[in-house]
Amino acid sequence: MITFIPRDKVSKNWIIIAPILSIVFTIFFGLLIFTFLGYNPLETLYQIFVSPFSRIDRISDILVKACPLIIIGTGLMLCFKSNVWNIGAEGQFIMGALLAGFIALSFPNIETKFFLLITILAGFVGGALWAFIPAILKTKLNVNEILVSLMLVYVAMLFIDFIVRGPLRDPMSFGFPLSKPYPEGALINKIPFPGIGFLGQLHYGILFVFLLVPISWIFVNKTLGGFKINVLGSAPQAAKFAGFKQNSITITVLLLSGGLAGVAGVIEVSANIGQLQPEVSFGYGFTAIIVAFLGRLSPVGILFAGIIIATVKLGADNAQMTMGIPKVVTGLFEGILLFFLLTGETLQKYKIKWSEGKK
Amino acid sequence: MIKFCMRIFSLIAFSISVLFFVISNAFAGSPTKVGFVYLTTPGDHGWTYAHELGKQMVEKRFGKDVKVSVVENVPEGPDATRVIRELAKQGNEIIFTTSFGYMEPTLKVAKEFPNVKFEHITGYKRSKNVATGNIRFYEGRYIQGVVAGLMTKTNKIGYIGAYPIAEVIMGINAFAQGLKSVNKDASISVIWANTWYDPVKEADAAKVHIAEGADVLAQHTDSPAMLQIAEKNGAMGFGQSTDMSAFAPKAQLFASINNWGPYYIKKIEELRNGKWNTGDGPNHWPGNVWGGIKSDMLVISKFQNMPANVAQKAQEALDGIKTGKINIFAGPLIDNTGKEIIPAGKALDDGALWGMNYYLQGVNGKVPG
Amino acid sequence: MEALILTIIATSIPLLLAATGELIAEKSGVLNLGVEGMMLSGAVGALGAVLWLENPYYGIIAGALSGILMASIFSLFTINFMTNQVATGLGLTIFATGLTGLAGAPLVGKTIPSLPKIEIFLLSDIPLIGSILFKQDFVAYLSIGIIIFISFFLKYSKSGIILRAVGDDHQSAHSVGYPVKKIRWYTTCFGGMCAGIGGAYIPLVLTPHWSEGMTAGRGWIALALVVFASWIPWRIIVGALIFGGITIAQLVGQARGWPIPSQLLSMMPYIATIIALTMISGRLSKNNSVVPSSLGKPFFGSQ
Repeated sequence: MITFIPRDKVSKNWIIIAPILSIVFTIFFGLLIFTFLGYNPLETLYQIFVSPFSRIDRISDILVKACPLIIIGTGLMLCFKSNVWNIGAEGQFIMGALLAGFIALSFPNIETKFFLLITILAGFVGGALWAFIPAILKTKLNVNEILVSLMLVYVAMLFIDFIVRGPLRDPMSFGFPLSKPYPEGALINKIPFPGIGFLGQLHYGILFVFLLVPISWIFVNKTLGGFKINVLGSAPQAAKFAGFKQNSITITVLLLSGGLAGVAGVIEVSANIGQLQPEVSFGYGFTAIIVAFLGRLSPVGILFAGIIIATVKLGADNAQMTMGIPKVVTGLFEGILLFFLLTGETLQKYKIKWSEGKK
Repeated sequence: MIKFCMRIFSLIAFSISVLFFVISNAFAGSPTKVGFVYLTTPGDHGWTYAHELGKQMVEKRFGKDVKVSVVENVPEGPDATRVIRELAKQGNEIIFTTSFGYMEPTLKVAKEFPNVKFEHITGYKRSKNVATGNIRFYEGRYIQGVVAGLMTKTNKIGYIGAYPIAEVIMGINAFAQGLKSVNKDASISVIWANTWYDPVKEADAAKVHIAEGADVLAQHTDSPAMLQIAEKNGAMGFGQSTDMSAFAPKAQLFASINNWGPYYIKKIEELRNGKWNTGDGPNHWPGNVWGGIKSDMLVISKFQNMPANVAQKAQEALDGIKTGKINIFAGPLIDNTGKEIIPAGKALDDGALWGMNYYLQGVNGKVPG
Repeated sequence: MEALILTIIATSIPLLLAATGELIAEKSGVLNLGVEGMMLSGAVGALGAVLWLENPYYGIIAGALSGILMASIFSLFTINFMTNQVATGLGLTIFATGLTGLAGAPLVGKTIPSLPKIEIFLLSDIPLIGSILFKQDFVAYLSIGIIIFISFFLKYSKSGIILRAVGDDHQSAHSVGYPVKKIRWYTTCFGGMCAGIGGAYIPLVLTPHWSEGMTAGRGWIALALVVFASWIPWRIIVGALIFGGITIAQLVGQARGWPIPSQLLSMMPYIATIIALTMISGRLSKNNSVVPSSLGKPFFGSQ
């Protein structure tokens, strides 16, 4: 019988040991599954974990894939830290992209890149507005935000579908559901490297991540706002005594996380798609929830978690291209990886005690 | 002397090996690397499954001369760009991207790899190394209309469409033309599922059609659900993309089968002979190569569950389309509000088909959006 | 009309079952977002079993077992290893989507006999009502039975009250001596069983074949239904019928040519859920909230 005993504080050693153990367990199960299904297990593991780092442009593709996950995950971190369960980032992502897209398409000839500031702001507002609904319902009427934010995901999905097939459809698209292409001013360019050209899809939007991670680290660890969020999450009673206004914190973190999800939406569409289409988010909002937890709700952790998830997704594609391993197998493997990574978190917080049988 | 013999011997050995190398390269050749990008997995038993069958035909036809890589479940966004680029980087010489949403990603990557050939399925934008291929799905719909018109007793036809895009609308209109040619009293009502694939929703739509009195059903969505509902409720219907008679042995009248194999084989052959080109079709609507029944890209399965005289009519329609005797969209064409689309003696050209946003006579309601 | 009502009922049953199971789990404080995954495994398990044993009733059992299997994985990680419930639930759906795709590959293209309708003697001859209420298949009766059972169970049985106590305040429940973890294992597995049968209903009755991801998001709607019902079992029936009704109404509207964009109609159930949720929560004070207070929170402590 195994029992867990809480540690007084998160163990420093286990911060390193736990993820390694998780990976070891995953690899062990991976070896079993791949062997059982008749694929070369070592080569499969190589394709999934190592091949994404085997070329510089592949590494840049990891960054591109991780970019929206890290941005959304950082916003969600603020929510989850203060015990506000926003699981509707997918909808906020969509509404941010949609509002920014609407503004971009309203100025079809604009060329200056300063316009990007406006569309990104619009994305923030769009996402924040969508998150404002659960925020106001939660604080004024005590409505559970988990479910409101989740419901709003479906409303957002249907709404963009309606807009792209109706009002914003490009008349030249033969009835296909696509908007007109964005004007030059609303596009995020790829980064040119002298002598190499472009590296995969690497675009300037990545810079936002490099800004966001340190800023959020400072916010969480060094400012009063971050302190309040931490206290509210870990000791709500203490927060009450200290006179923190719980409602205003709840609203703030929801608006921030919605806004960041919206910005992720703008970056994703402006850099990688260049027009509105019925599907702009591909589950990023949900995957980012996993990223936030894998990252142990810390900015640096989320950076790494985003990269891990992106790596495995890319590696799965590589495994399919070179070895013909179908997506269902790598999906299965991904699920196992998640389970063990999440278990790793428990090992950091709790000590294991082996006891003989049950009392 | 021995030394001399050795020299001669090694010289011969060397020349043989060089010769062998040259010959083996010239004749056996290294395999042509072919890439495929799928929207879902072949397990959908519809659109992607049809492409999978095409891919299998390629492998069967070329054997060791091709090496095929497939990527399944690629969403129509930045992931597509990355996957297509990766396939190009891995040395695939021709890459088939098999969904409409891969249009921009394909064009983007094609610009970076001018020596790789790209084949975008169902798109309408081309470039020097991007060709587009599509099937005249609507030809099969016409024959469906003929059979439906002769089989229906209630004169109500239920049609399930995925999305109101030109490709689906022209299918409905072709169906209406076939219907009208044999039965002036029957009419079609359309339900848009707003999805290509959701078996339960497709089944619900089929049930609603039957409840509203339809006894022959047609679909432009992917799963066999509609036919299974027809089978259970004593209605009839048509299979989509692949032969679905296993799911509905009593209800399937016939299936319009998407046969991508011959197209893939033709294009890969062209590539191997150095004759690959983007075709000579007009430049501004989907499918530069837009093949139908005549070119075997659309195959009509066995006519079944119908009386001999209906099967004969269906065969006549099939032959008529094959020989070109039947022009499905020949004037006079009148839309269902009474507006004349084209007068007698003229016919819609391919471009006009891709601009369809109206229903012809015989279809109820109006196109949404 | 009768046919339409039957269609609404049929399309509601998977939602009804999955939501009922999730309700019990949530009542005990477990938020399992893996409903979609459990439904998928129920569907593939049922189809496989029927192909193998050639009797549709085995499909129900197999669906239930497959759902329980998935739920045990979830329980093992969230309850024993104390992982985060939201993330683990999402992970479970990813895992189950992969697993069912793999397990279902040999089943693609095969079809099975449907679950037969059971006519209840005499009652089924009543016009209209008879064929709607008393001429259903076994799972339809079962789902109503489960709802009636858990309504009474939660309200009147001692175990039901303990279950709710565990969901409302697991610390107190634990200190009084109730086995929090054990109870949560049971409720989660019950949830998995219901979701599994709900998923099994799709190939057993609605569309007798397997295709990957064939539940197409119904697991998520089930989650919404629990909230819509404000954790009161009988309201799930109402909610499921409204969801089903709007879906079918939307299709009927199109067939008859009503001029409303179908996406806007499809939004209605979700908006209705938010409004319902707001009304319920608004009426009650914070202390008397219907939402289980320990919902989603991990519990540690030895047993």
